[in-house]
Amino acid sequence: MATLSASWHVTYTEAKNLNEEIAVDVQSLTKHFILKMGLFKTLVTKQTLEVHAVDDISFKIRKGEIFGLVGESGCGKTTTGRMLVRLIQPTAGKVVFQGTDLVSLKSDEEMRRLRRKIQIIFQDPYESLNPRMSIFDIVAEPVRIQKITENEEEINKMVTQALEDLDLVPAEEFMYRFPHEMSGGQRQRVAIARAFILRPEFIVADEPVSMLDASIRSEVLKLLINLQKRLNTSFLYITHDVAISRHMCEHVGVMYLGKIVEMGTSEDVIMKPLHPYTEALIAAVPVPDPTARRVEVVIKGEVPSAINPPSGCRFHTRCPYVMEVCKKKEPELIDLGERVVACWLRTK
Amino acid sequence: MYYGTNRGLVKAVDDVSFDVNEKDALGLAGESGCGKTSAALAILRLLPTNGQVVDGKIEIEGQDILKLSEKDLRETIRWKKVSVIFQGAMNALHPTYKIGDQIAEAIIKHEPGVKKEAAMARARQLMQLVGMDASRVNRYPHELSGGMKQRSVTAMALACNPSILIADEPTTALDVIVQAQVLGVMKDLRSRLSVAMILISHDLSIIAETCNKTAIMYAGKIVEYGDTVAIFKEPLHPYTQKLIAAFPSVLGRRTELSSIRGFPPDLLDPPSGCRFHPRCEQAMEICRKAEPVSKKSGNLKRIVACHLY
Repeated sequence: MATLSASWHVTYTEAKNLNEEIAVDVQSLTKHFILKMGLFKTLVTKQTLEVHAVDDISFKIRKGEIFGLVGESGCGKTTTGRMLVRLIQPTAGKVVFQGTDLVSLKSDEEMRRLRRKIQIIFQDPYESLNPRMSIFDIVAEPVRIQKITENEEEINKMVTQALEDLDLVPAEEFMYRFPHEMSGGQRQRVAIARAFILRPEFIVADEPVSMLDASIRSEVLKLLINLQKRLNTSFLYITHDVAISRHMCEHVGVMYLGKIVEMGTSEDVIMKPLHPYTEALIAAVPVPDPTARRVEVVIKGEVPSAINPPSGCRFHTRCPYVMEVCKKKEPELIDLGERVVACWLRTK
Repeated sequence: MYYGTNRGLVKAVDDVSFDVNEKDALGLAGESGCGKTSAALAILRLLPTNGQVVDGKIEIEGQDILKLSEKDLRETIRWKKVSVIFQGAMNALHPTYKIGDQIAEAIIKHEPGVKKEAAMARARQLMQLVGMDASRVNRYPHELSGGMKQRSVTAMALACNPSILIADEPTTALDVIVQAQVLGVMKDLRSRLSVAMILISHDLSIIAETCNKTAIMYAGKIVEYGDTVAIFKEPLHPYTQKLIAAFPSVLGRRTELSSIRGFPPDLLDPPSGCRFHPRCEQAMEICRKAEPVSKKSGNLKRIVACHLY
């Protein structure tokens, strides 16, 4: 499997323009969490139980693009995001950023130098901001940690700019507040300002708007896109919301139980899904139009456990088109030019 | 309906009227803090102690709820006429009781005289009604997935054959596919049991799919109310227009996301005139001064509170 995904890599890039610069190259990334067991169980059970959170996934994020990772909870998208910024150490695989493999970096010191260029925005702005720090200190923290400057006046200038970028104007009005004095939307803007203050080249955004109300959500997304375009930042956008991914991302990868099952341009994947799971995922999204007639592909059941993922294709237990081969053999990713899909239905 | 706080009165629900007929499904939509949950809780007088219905009338099948004693309310209305699926109810299931026992308990408590056996048999039927295997009565909540737990609380809410079911954000914690399954159950129930539904959600797309009537709330007021198809086809109130446009459509045309500038107002001190005027792009002089009255709009079966009409 590992060799196969490597060879797919070559063809996929060759098919694309070669001068398209790759910002982040993820190769066969894998994370298995070892399940903690009690003493008795450890003695009785012969092998350790592992949660197959992410299993051998590969993708490339082009410079200045927003790449979306879509899937239900528990599919491994958050784990992937965190591995990319090395908040979680992968079990295997590579994350190549500017010629360096982040996974193989030994010391924290080396990683810290790169952290100036890599940032993350977390899902919950109620938990990601320290309640005892003022907004100024929160946004200025990366500057201080990275020792960009010690000059308070300069820091002040940077923080003001960062807040203004997110339309928190006048910045002076927000700077001296504490997180509890701000609404959810404002807090998330602060979290985004903090991620952008060092003008990083790559940002992982893990469901940045899922906690926000619809009307505020689109405002925050707009600010995010504008800033991303202006600074040409490369983005990994993690979301469960297919509709948002279509509006935000150039390319998307659809994940199911730790695997990428389909990947391509967001327009292609969403308008013409090839994998039955993608199809079901899109059919399940409610449409804000009461007259819309849609295909009812509601699959049964819920995502199985990742401790003992189903044999063969991991989706076979819920797939409406399941065949005999799906239960036995795992489908490989098939390269269809602009598109890859892992499904026996598409194997010729 | 007002809340007393130590910073003053919060007018959480201000002069809101709607009606739900048999087989109707009414969607109550709005941003968080707009008063949609308070409005629903007021129907059953389940408000917290600092909340009070100051004025108005709530009639269920001709009975004025506000005039009933607490005892009558408990014995004749709650569960039997109106039941609620609270937000996050699936996480409020008792962890050490089996699902079936919890449903049966609701039946026995509200219909004295029903034997345990009979109650359990009904619990099994209810579970089948919401698409669960009857054998799951013997499961504990931790053995069930999120979707199954949500189905269980739905079954429980139906235990005493209510004529109105209030569901407060029934699918917010669920994944899209499971959400579609649960909404399918709800739609199915409505057609099979002739139960009226009030669905509270911040997600307009859910309401578009499940409800035939929609009320859009903003800052404690209903700004637009009427037939769901009509509202989504031709929203009249600027807030409704903006709110609908703020939802990206998964298969429709890829347009730029529209957003509503600013933030929802502080209900301790709501804006003068129309409460939406500070965020409205079509605000006129009069919007700042006078509060718009709800008007029937033309021959459309619609009520809208906006000076434009």
